[in-house]
Amino acid sequence: MLSDSTTLVSSDYTTESGSMIKVENLTKKFGDFVAVDDISFDVRKGEIFGLLGPNGAGKSTILRILSTLSSPTKGTAIIGGHDIVKNDTEVRKMIGIVSEKMIMYNRLTAKENLWFFGCLFGIPKDVLTKRIDELLELVQLTKWKDAQVGTFSTGMRQRVNVIRALLNMPQVLFLDEPTLGLDPQSSVEIREFIKKLNKENGTTIMITTHMMVDADLLCDRIAIVDHGKIVALDTSKNLKKLISGADTTVLKLEIANLVPKIIDSIRAIECVDAVSQEDDTHLRIIVHGDEAFDNVVDAVRAEDGKINAMENLQPTLEDVFLHITGHQVRDSADQKIPMGRHRRFEAPQGRAR
Amino acid sequence: MGAKSLFSHSMRIAQKDLHELSRNRLGLVMLIVMPLFMMLMVGFIYPSSGTTVSNLPIALVNEDSGYGNYTVASQAFVMGVQQINSQTGLMVLSNVSNVNDLKDMIQRGDLDGGIIIPSNFSACVMSGQQATIIIMTDQSNPQISTAIQSVLTSIFNQMGTMLAQLHVQMLNPAINGSNSLAIVQPYKVQTEGVVAGNSNYFDFVAPGILAMTVMMSVMTGLPAAISMEKEIGTMDGMMVAPINRLSIILGKTLGQTARGLLQGLIIMALAVGLFGVSIQGNILLVLGLLLLGVFSFVGLGVVITSFAKDQETAMMMMMTLMFPMMFLSGVFFPIQLMPWYMQDISKVLPLTYASDALRRVMVLGAGVPAIANDLIILIVFGAVMIAIAVPVFRKTMTR
Repeated sequence: MLSDSTTLVSSDYTTESGSMIKVENLTKKFGDFVAVDDISFDVRKGEIFGLLGPNGAGKSTILRILSTLSSPTKGTAIIGGHDIVKNDTEVRKMIGIVSEKMIMYNRLTAKENLWFFGCLFGIPKDVLTKRIDELLELVQLTKWKDAQVGTFSTGMRQRVNVIRALLNMPQVLFLDEPTLGLDPQSSVEIREFIKKLNKENGTTIMITTHMMVDADLLCDRIAIVDHGKIVALDTSKNLKKLISGADTTVLKLEIANLVPKIIDSIRAIECVDAVSQEDDTHLRIIVHGDEAFDNVVDAVRAEDGKINAMENLQPTLEDVFLHITGHQVRDSADQKIPMGRHRRFEAPQGRAR
Repeated sequence: MGAKSLFSHSMRIAQKDLHELSRNRLGLVMLIVMPLFMMLMVGFIYPSSGTTVSNLPIALVNEDSGYGNYTVASQAFVMGVQQINSQTGLMVLSNVSNVNDLKDMIQRGDLDGGIIIPSNFSACVMSGQQATIIIMTDQSNPQISTAIQSVLTSIFNQMGTMLAQLHVQMLNPAINGSNSLAIVQPYKVQTEGVVAGNSNYFDFVAPGILAMTVMMSVMTGLPAAISMEKEIGTMDGMMVAPINRLSIILGKTLGQTARGLLQGLIIMALAVGLFGVSIQGNILLVLGLLLLGVFSFVGLGVVITSFAKDQETAMMMMMTLMFPMMFLSGVFFPIQLMPWYMQDISKVLPLTYASDALRRVMVLGAGVPAIANDLIILIVFGAVMIAIAVPVFRKTMTR
């Protein structure tokens, strides 16, 4: 995708097993709060790896530690053969980070911003000039290169934010919620861009998100993170098999007079794995076994519930998450519907900022 | 990573900061307006050329009951006062019938003070005794009250001297005017400064303000700039670059120092151009002192930056430190006139030494040897603070 304006770092840094990132027993504590709880995993070279989980699950903290912005309490990680604690400068040379907060100065123009950060990476001036032009062209911002980024729309700013991370042609790119706050159109553009980058440059990409769509459409493998732990790690397809493979079914019920009592009695049924309320009348239920349909209907009827419609759904990642963790991937802060064992008011949302 | 790349990265960051500043038009205007206001305030509010006290509303109460029927002495005294006043325009004199009225009027704020001639005035004068004059002042306004006291006292002394001269000449007509003065006042006091010319309050305060503005701009600018970058997230962009993290502090400091020096130069230009301050010492030494002052404050600024989570906290911590420094470092008010415990506090503030050194150089034209003590203290303070600050900064940056 990018012309080879410097020697594109092609030497193979990867370890024997072919993994680009090797995380070993990583732990991060903020006081008593354990944000990242003894996790280990590998990311292969050239892979798009997703960390999926609700806000405060520890995804961003993992990303910050891996990008050397935060130091682990215990454990470490090896990126491209370099230890992130002992050899952080080498690690920083080969990574790029697109953080949730956009890294740019509003009073400087797009070009000036890129120039400043490029200089910090010690890229030779002529190479940098050329690369900035190419990157701006790539995200169709050439026209706006001399405008102050403060005047840009969120979508434009995110494009600048992403290409800023690509200035040093990183082998590993970390993206923290790259589509957060973007309109659908811009989200699609950013996703396409990430895919293209991965395919054409072979960049290893690690992405955190709480958006199922992002994870489903982009990632080769997904790690589901909850309470600082990885509760499942596989391809999107295999994760879904966790549900559809067994005799597990996803049901969608529309009940006209939905009250908490009905939900409680459904939850009490033995063959029901998880229940989540989608809005005033809709329930999403994960069940297993042959009797499941009847049992659910019986329970609703027993509480005088009136069933308007019932659907058998294809499982989504959302269902997988629900199935594994027993709660939904949703911003716990803006959650309105009270649900039994949710961690709604659990205080610290582990952010190292 | 060598010193060269450390320096070039720092320069890059400083350059970026100044570039940003140059885009901030309002910020730039304020950068010039702030010291201008400060100068105008201290330049015009405080007396700048000798005494500028004039037109003070003061009343005369003549309660003299006379010697026999003669009140010549008090009449002569009143005439003398009026004559001197008509020459100097110090007071707006009015007459009040008795002391109680005078007190009322001072309480109401109609008068700033009064001169009371007691009932036995003429009697004392005529019978060859010392006569008393009472000056009544408004205690709620100590500055004015002090001014009135000193002005009136010197007027009365002058009048007393003239009277005494007259008496001496009357005793022995052979004594001429200047001899009689020598008899009455054998000592004549003459004041001379180290350098030529009169110094005023502004000469005293300008070096202090200069030191204060430059150092404050670093001390407040540094935490504000760093915590701001932390808040908007751009700090991560620098932290993730393969540069020595020291160059982030260094770069930020350079940027803020340049900003502070710019303000300092504006102040100096205003002081010299508008308020007639003359810089006696070497101008390069003045600039060097300002830089040294900045150096001594950098560590403190970085420590605060490291502890403050956001800009608001940083600013509040700065304000807390700034106010005692402003008032205890002898910028506006001489340290020697403070109570001993306050003097002790002022001795641990670096601004005290910076403004002292700057004052000696600017007002007295001192050279390096004369301010060696100040220099050593500033260097040691700065070095110690930086030695504390750098590890703290590194640690808190990767929390």
